[in-house]
Amino acid sequence: MKLANALRAATAMSLLATGAVHAENLVIATVNNGDMIRMQGLTDDFTAKTGHTVEWVTLEENVLRQRVTTDITTKGGAFDIMTIGMYETPIWGANGWLVALDDLSAEYDVGDILPAMSGGLSHDGTLYAAPFYGESSMIMYRTDLMEAAGLEMPDAPSWSFIAKAARAMTDRDNEINGVCLRGKAGWGEGGAFITAMSNSFGARWFDEDWNAQFDTREWSDTLNFFVNMMTDSGPAGYATNGFNENLSLFQQGKCGMWIDATVAASFVTNPNDSTVADSVGFALAPDNGMGVRSNWLWAWALAIPAGTQKEAAAKEFIEWATSTGYIELVAANEGWANVPPGARVSLYENANYKDVPFAQMTLDSILSADPNNSTVDPSPYVGIQFAAIPEFAGIATEVSQEFSAAYAGQQSVEEALAKAQALTNDAMEAAGYR
Amino acid sequence: MARAVTPRRKMINTTLAWSVGLLIFFPILWIIVLSFKTEGDAIKTPIEVLTSVWTFESYLVVQDRSDYFKHFSNSVIIAMGSTLLGILIAVPAAWSMAFVPSKRTRGILMWMLSTKMLPAVGVLYPIYIGFIKLGLLDTRLGLIIVLMLINLPIIVWMLYTYFREIPGEILEAARMDGATLREEVLYVLTPMAIPGIASTILLNVILAWNEAFWTLNLTAAKAAPLTAFIASYSSPEGLFYAKLSAASVMAIAPILILGWFSQKQLVRGLTFGAVK
Amino acid sequence: MATQHSRSAARLMMTPAVILLLGWMLVPLTMTLYFSFKKYLPLRGGDLGWVGFDNYIRFVSSSSFWPAVASTLIIVGGVLIITVILGTLLALLLDQPMWGQGIVRILVIAPFFVMPTVSGLVWKNMFMDPNNGFLAHLFNAFGAEPIQWLSQASMPSLIMIVSWQWLPFATLILLTAIQSLDSEQIEASEMDGAGWFNRFRFITLPHLARAITVVILIQTIFLLSIFAEIFVTTAGAFGTKTLTYLIFQRVLESQNVGLGSAGGVYAIILANIVAIFLMRIVGKNLDA
Repeated sequence: MKLANALRAATAMSLLATGAVHAENLVIATVNNGDMIRMQGLTDDFTAKTGHTVEWVTLEENVLRQRVTTDITTKGGAFDIMTIGMYETPIWGANGWLVALDDLSAEYDVGDILPAMSGGLSHDGTLYAAPFYGESSMIMYRTDLMEAAGLEMPDAPSWSFIAKAARAMTDRDNEINGVCLRGKAGWGEGGAFITAMSNSFGARWFDEDWNAQFDTREWSDTLNFFVNMMTDSGPAGYATNGFNENLSLFQQGKCGMWIDATVAASFVTNPNDSTVADSVGFALAPDNGMGVRSNWLWAWALAIPAGTQKEAAAKEFIEWATSTGYIELVAANEGWANVPPGARVSLYENANYKDVPFAQMTLDSILSADPNNSTVDPSPYVGIQFAAIPEFAGIATEVSQEFSAAYAGQQSVEEALAKAQALTNDAMEAAGYR
Repeated sequence: MARAVTPRRKMINTTLAWSVGLLIFFPILWIIVLSFKTEGDAIKTPIEVLTSVWTFESYLVVQDRSDYFKHFSNSVIIAMGSTLLGILIAVPAAWSMAFVPSKRTRGILMWMLSTKMLPAVGVLYPIYIGFIKLGLLDTRLGLIIVLMLINLPIIVWMLYTYFREIPGEILEAARMDGATLREEVLYVLTPMAIPGIASTILLNVILAWNEAFWTLNLTAAKAAPLTAFIASYSSPEGLFYAKLSAASVMAIAPILILGWFSQKQLVRGLTFGAVK
Repeated sequence: MATQHSRSAARLMMTPAVILLLGWMLVPLTMTLYFSFKKYLPLRGGDLGWVGFDNYIRFVSSSSFWPAVASTLIIVGGVLIITVILGTLLALLLDQPMWGQGIVRILVIAPFFVMPTVSGLVWKNMFMDPNNGFLAHLFNAFGAEPIQWLSQASMPSLIMIVSWQWLPFATLILLTAIQSLDSEQIEASEMDGAGWFNRFRFITLPHLARAITVVILIQTIFLLSIFAEIFVTTAGAFGTKTLTYLIFQRVLESQNVGLGSAGGVYAIILANIVAIFLMRIVGKNLDA
């Protein structure tokens, strides 16, 4: 039989491959973000240092997530290193699917990783993924438009100030929208934004008995505030705007303010892509006077699936890619503004990096985010813009689809919340929480 | 037989048909245009786009970033392999259905087609686990098998309709002359069936080339075809129209060119013997 | 005339294809059925025991179920109507004498070669984007407010994208059918003084019946399982969640294989209802 022969040949080949211990070939799944693509370009440095070669599987975020989840739950072993986020890491770590990163070299200096990041990438105090870059969210605003509106942005503004400023800056005849925010369906897109925002309004996803909370006044306040503000001063069609769409609007000078990931700061201040590069200011994400701000916390991190036969080489790669050495390598090649931010304390102590205009605000935003105390009222989950339970991604995607339909005017805010409440409770019941 | 038409009528026909043709083709034309622009220019108004500078930059970036040739050759091998394997299995089946029909022939045919309606994602986990056990994960062989199975019903059905067009008398004449079954298939049937088989192959290469669920979910680094190549350009951070256009052109160009060159064959293939 | 010998030979030749397809159908079908009665959550350790019909009840009682069935039928129906009608008109046009017929035909069939993923991405970004898309620029140029295609007109947009991909297929089949129409018959009717519409109504259209059936049959098979176009454009938002997409959401996004499998069984039932319906019309038209 042809198949049998081919299988035998394939087995023989793989045996040969594992026989050669020293030069491994690592298969790495990663997301197609700018920092990762830069890393691919620098892989030669890793190969030169260690002799290991690397094959990249670069996928768009949603495809990547579905691809690596299928592989990890079935122990497929298709990848030696996976790029995952702060949401997946604690869940997978708890299931024993990831190799613990507890024996990294002294030279690597695990203690230098920002505590907020290592905390979010650990389970029971064990680190399971090393942050490649970390982010919070903050306000990016146009200093020129703010001045023209006769307003001054405080370092830590409130939502009511943002709404007022947004209305003052809006000039639809000249295609200037006061504020651009994510409305796009998807738990990592509009879902992440509205969840982080709701925290500052005193809302939460679940009460301590895992009952959905969308029937509360806090959620209704959040959503109504958001919709009213966006109707008055947001771009047309914001219901389909995600990170990318808003980035492009802001770079073209069509937004007065944009509240989004801190990593966007390097894009909007890059004169090659941004028409407004020299007039961008930064401020902490708004709050509502309730003690919780609306910024999130996220990291894209590298993890090793348990059961891989190339654990040693994979650890070498992770140490290379998330080290201070790598940051210096990028700085030498592309300048300090383009180094992967938000992962290491030492970066923010580096004199060169202090000149980067958004460095301090990024750090302040990250430091003000606490995944363990993300809500005003107590909640049973960890995470700011997500709840770190396996069911969350699916539920939040559906919930955010209902919200997006409300943003697009296809249903009222009340209808959206009622549907969100029902489907969340139903899914939690299916998962055995209630 | 050509009917007489006035030049004026022909002029109107031509204008109308060309307008419609260009309108349908326009999206493809437009991404070709955008693929030769810088990212900054690609989002501008159409007039600004057309008057801005032309550049190969996006193609160079795409080529630099992903191994196009690896994905391309995987696509070729998977599409060709699954089609040829499918043909090998389908020809005997279609032959027997067409020339020795029984009461159940039509039922079997419809049943084969209905297997195409199973939602693929529902069985992703079992198939994925099966692939791990068989060592087929991220192999071209694995994808060849899966895509062959997915398209087998269409192949059988297309071949069946072609074979039915072959007049039975010829076969009987051959039988009278004492031809064995093997000779009958080899020397009588095959030459007559070649055009039909060729167009079946074409259509199935296209279907296999464009399949985007299994090819994405059952591969990683080694066997990933062009569908996976596209998935790394679909929504990155920052402006991406020009790079996405370039990647799209690179992904569809080979099959577009194949389709254009074999257009006449394909027309025959697509008709499924609908027309006599 | 088939002898006993050739009959058994025929059965033998059919066997590989039948067995393979039987396996391809039965193995996944059995597994789908098996999982549909299980609480199977990959992220919570996999198989958590039998749950009877729970998954079936939960899948149907979800507020997304009936809208998803409706969306599926609307997309399939909408695309079929558009491609058959426009395909017939286009085929009639392309059948007329003109200059450059070959090139026009190439232009028309081109969309069929475009990968569904690429087609979705191109339409979503380069054309339907409300700020930078081609259509938005076009609307702005005429002083009109750009349409927010994928949110406010999500279903028509999606049907349009899919129709663009399948129109070439319908056109080609119908064109070939028209070309095979006996031109003497048409000339005779022309001499009888039959008008354009009557000629079309009583000669061309009946001749096309079989070809239209083939278009409907093949397209339905592919349209019922359309996925990539939705995934890259709306990701199921704004009422575009089809049954296939809902199952995808249950299996891969919610990681609830049991629930998704129950959905798979419903999808098979829906497909079979459509198949029976199709077999009726196919039975009538395909037996030429």
